[in-house]
Order: sequence, then C-alpha cells, then structure tokens
Amino acid sequence: MTQDYIRRREQRTGWLLAIPAVLMLLVVYAYPILRAFGLSLYTENLSTNLEAVFTGFDNYVRLVLDGRFWNSLWNTAIFTIFSLVVELVLGLGIALTLDQAFRGRGPVRTVAILPWALPTALIALAWRWIFNDQFGVWNDMLINWFHIIREPVNWLGDPQWAMVGVIAADVWKTTSFVAILLLAGLQSIPQDLYEAHAIDGASPWQSFRQITLPLIRPQIVIAMLFRFAQAFGIFDLIQVMTGGGPGGATEMVSLYIYATVMRYLDFGYGAALVVVTFLALIFVVAIATFYLSKLRTATGVEQS
Amino acid sequence: MTTIQEPSVLREQASRSSTSWRKLLLWAAILFTLLFSLGPPLWELLTSIKTNEAITADSVVYFPSWNQLTLQHYIQLFTRSQFYLYIVNSAFVAVVSTVLCLGIGSPAAYALARLRIPGEQLVLACLLVVTLFPYILLFMGLLDLVQAFGLANNYLALIIPYTAINLPLTILVMRSFFQQLPRDLEDSAKVDGYNILQMLWQIVLPMTLPALVTTGILAFIFAWNEFIFALTFITRNSMKTIPVAAAQLGGTSLFEVPYGPLAAATVVGTLPLVLLVLFFQRKIVQGLTAGSVKG
Repeated sequence: MTQDYIRRREQRTGWLLAIPAVLMLLVVYAYPILRAFGLSLYTENLSTNLEAVFTGFDNYVRLVLDGRFWNSLWNTAIFTIFSLVVELVLGLGIALTLDQAFRGRGPVRTVAILPWALPTALIALAWRWIFNDQFGVWNDMLINWFHIIREPVNWLGDPQWAMVGVIAADVWKTTSFVAILLLAGLQSIPQDLYEAHAIDGASPWQSFRQITLPLIRPQIVIAMLFRFAQAFGIFDLIQVMTGGGPGGATEMVSLYIYATVMRYLDFGYGAALVVVTFLALIFVVAIATFYLSKLRTATGVEQS
Repeated sequence: MTTIQEPSVLREQASRSSTSWRKLLLWAAILFTLLFSLGPPLWELLTSIKTNEAITADSVVYFPSWNQLTLQHYIQLFTRSQFYLYIVNSAFVAVVSTVLCLGIGSPAAYALARLRIPGEQLVLACLLVVTLFPYILLFMGLLDLVQAFGLANNYLALIIPYTAINLPLTILVMRSFFQQLPRDLEDSAKVDGYNILQMLWQIVLPMTLPALVTTGILAFIFAWNEFIFALTFITRNSMKTIPVAAAQLGGTSLFEVPYGPLAAATVVGTLPLVLLVLFFQRKIVQGLTAGSVKG
C-alpha cells in the first residue's frame, strides 16, 4: 500500500517536473507540424483574400505538377548527397589524424572544431567573398598559384559552379561535426585489437578495413543521419550565399517553402510543401533507425 | 658489396622508413586540418583590416603592408549601423533562452532519469527524432503563433523557440549525467526529510554544475547562430540579431558592396564563438557526443 502510494507520488512529481518542457516542445514542434497537415488541405492565398477555403488534395495535385518543386527537390538531393559523401571522407580523415598521438594535439583539436561553432549565415558571407568573381581569393589562387585557369570565373553566378560553391561551403562548415562524432567512435576502440591484428601480420590498411570501419559504423550512421537532416533542410547558408540563384540553380526545397510563404503568401501550398518535406525526412530517419537497431543487435550477438 | 644483410636489419630499415613516411603523412594531414579550418575565418580577419584600395587591388593583397592596414571598417560598422545593438540583441536572446532552457530542461531530465514515469521510452524517442527537424518545417506554424499572440518584433518571439529547440539536446545530455550520479545521496536526503524540489535545488544542482555548463554552452551557440526565425519574426532594424543584420548589410546598395564592413561584421559576430571554443573545446566535444551518440 505505502509502496504503491510512494510510487504514485513519485510519478506525479515526475510529470510536474517534466510538464513545462513537454508543453514547450508541443507548442514549438507539434503544433507547427500538425497545423501544416491541416492547412495543406485548404487554399489560403491572395486569390482567396487570405481566407482558408477547403480544397481537399488540390495542393498535392498542384505539387505533383509543379516543375519548380521538382527542381528544388532535385537540387536538394544533389546538395545533400555530395555534401554527405565528401564530409564523410574528409571527416574520417580528420578524425583519424586527430586520433594519432602527436605534440600539440590539444590545440589542433580545438582548431578543428571551430568551423562547426561559427554562425552559418556569417560563414556564408565569408564564402561569398572567397568566391567573389572580381576580387575573390579563390580565383586568385587558381590563376596565380596553381595556374589552373587563366581568366577569373564567376563561381556563384554560374549555375553549375554555384552548386559546387555552396556544397564546398557546407562541407567546410560541417565536416568538423562529422569528425567529432567519428573521433569519439575511434577512441572507444580498444588498442590491443590493433596490436593483436598486427602480430597476425595485418597491414595498417587491412586493420583499418577489418577493425576500424566495422567498429565505428554506428557513429558513421548517426553522423550521417544528423547531417542528412541538416543538409536536407538547409536554409541559411544558401539564402545568404546565392539566394537560390542563379536562376534557381541552387534553390533548395527550404528556400522554395520560404518564398512560397513569405513572398507569394501562399500559405496552403506552403503547408503542403512542409508536409511532403516532413514525410520524406521521417521516411529516411525510419530507415536509418531500423538499420542502426539491426547493427546494434548484430554487434551485441558477436560480443556475447 | 656482396655481403648479405641480416633479415632482421632489413626489416628494421624497412620499418624505419615506413615510420618516417607515416610521420610525414601525419604532419601533412595535421597541416591540412589547420589550413582547412582556419583559412576562411583568417581570410575574413585579413580582409577586415585592409584598406578599400587593398581589398579591391588588381592582384589580391594577401598580407597587408603597414600603410594598407586600417580599422575604418570596424569604426564604420559601429558608427553608421549601430552594430553594438545587434550584439546586445544576440547576447540577450541567447543568454535568456539558454538559462530558460536549463531551468526547464534539467527538471524534465531528472524526471526521465530517476522517477519512473509512464511513457518514458516514447518521450525519449520523440526527443531524438525532434532534434533532427529542420527549422524550415517549424517557421510557418510559429509565424502563425507569433501573429496570434502579437509577438512580432518582441524578443519573446525568439526566446521561446530558441529555448524549445535546445530542450531536446539539454534533456538528453542532462539525463545521462543524472543517471551517472550515485543514488544513495538522494536516498539519504529523502531520509533527512527533504522534498524533491529541495533535494534538487540544494543537493543535486551543485553536483551537476559541470553538466549544466556543457549543455549551456551548446544551447548558447545554437541560439547565437540561429537565422530563419530571427529573419522572419523580427523586422524592426534595432531589434535584429547579428547573423541577420550582417547578412542584410550587403544587400543595401547594388553598386558599392561594402566588402570591408561585411568582413568586419563577420569577425565581430564570430569572435564570441571563437572564444567559447578556445576555452571550452573539451566541454563542447563532450556535450555533442553525449547528446547524439549515447542519447
């Protein structure tokens, strides 16, 4: 009886302690998502005088036929895939470097996490300046140092190069995040595994393939999952660097959503875009979580 | 030379040359890491202290000579555009939301770690998924709330979302810290007649100060760097935060892009974060890995 009473009192206090946080999360996360689902079934734009008129799945039909949406989705996919691949390779390289023992490792690690901490909008300004067509340092380096090009290139003014440019800036900004997570994974691998493997005559490359990669796979999946979500919803970097230009060449889904809502005041359609983006995100997260749990049980079985 | 070398000597030589290669490779990788991470910020710093003539010279001036050095861009930034206001705004919003986030998040984390509340697993799963949401999915619904409550051009329109977006990470990190605390301490406090709130405030809180600092730094960084909410909910110039104000500096005139002041604004806006990283590198790494890997 008293046990039960204590237990119930504990639960009540627990909920009391948690309620402010839960309320706040419901307001800021649950409300916007649920509202987007509801509003996506209405047309609310300048043609309806900003009144919400129920139109069923019209917004979704419009979305399927909307070339600009598919273009932005394609851009987002290209941006996300290339950013993630380069960041994984580069981040793994940096993590392996920072995992070695050398003099001055502490300061180097500090410098290596710097890009992650800096404001993306300001970093976008920095990269816009680096890629400047007239006075940019990137053009100068390619012309006068490496002699790769003869004439300055308008990097952010050319549709293809602009995409390369924003990917480069994103890689710079977020590789350190990947490196931090992978480094934590590397540090959790016991050193004697490598020693035993070396005694068996394995080369460093073999131990990298057979020990390092399999053991940090969970960290790789988690880092890529976080990076996928951030890259898929990228806004500030692109908005400041190119504004989606030139001619929509770097317009991501997020920029299209923002323009739909803030410039065209097309709230119903904007909501439909939010819903589709949300569902795409959840779909990938579900796959990654499933894969992770399979990984965890697999390594668990090996250990026992 | 016809003598055959001992195999062991050969092996030693081979391993010596391979270690020196490894060393070379290692230092090349370290140099790359340093140049990669420091290059762009250093370039902004160098640009910000160059005269306009040096910035727009025909061939790029890498290191300005004495007569090409100037502080005019910083002076212009603070005299012409009230840049100090943006610093104050950013600092105020970031500090208040960080404190609020710790104040609301820690009790929730304690409840999740210690008091067996029903639905705990569901709450944890939701927290993890929610950390992945891009803000673009939220801004429209929040704009709705901001208008409904008349919060446009009110700091609360930023403080509330910033508190909320940092809650999941705070709760996950604090929960793992609470789980590591010895339980006996709380039990003996209960025996001594403390109620839960007293015990949290007087016994648990002092012990979790390091964890609070860790999560507080992360929350501050995220709040200081946020862009889309600040861009959407605050339109009055004197209330803007640094990232938005700096991004809008360049758009004012088409013909004369203020490269120098833009660089100076970038330096001013990133400086607090550079300092945080310098002093709290370890804590930042700890918090990030605890929040995403263990959580």
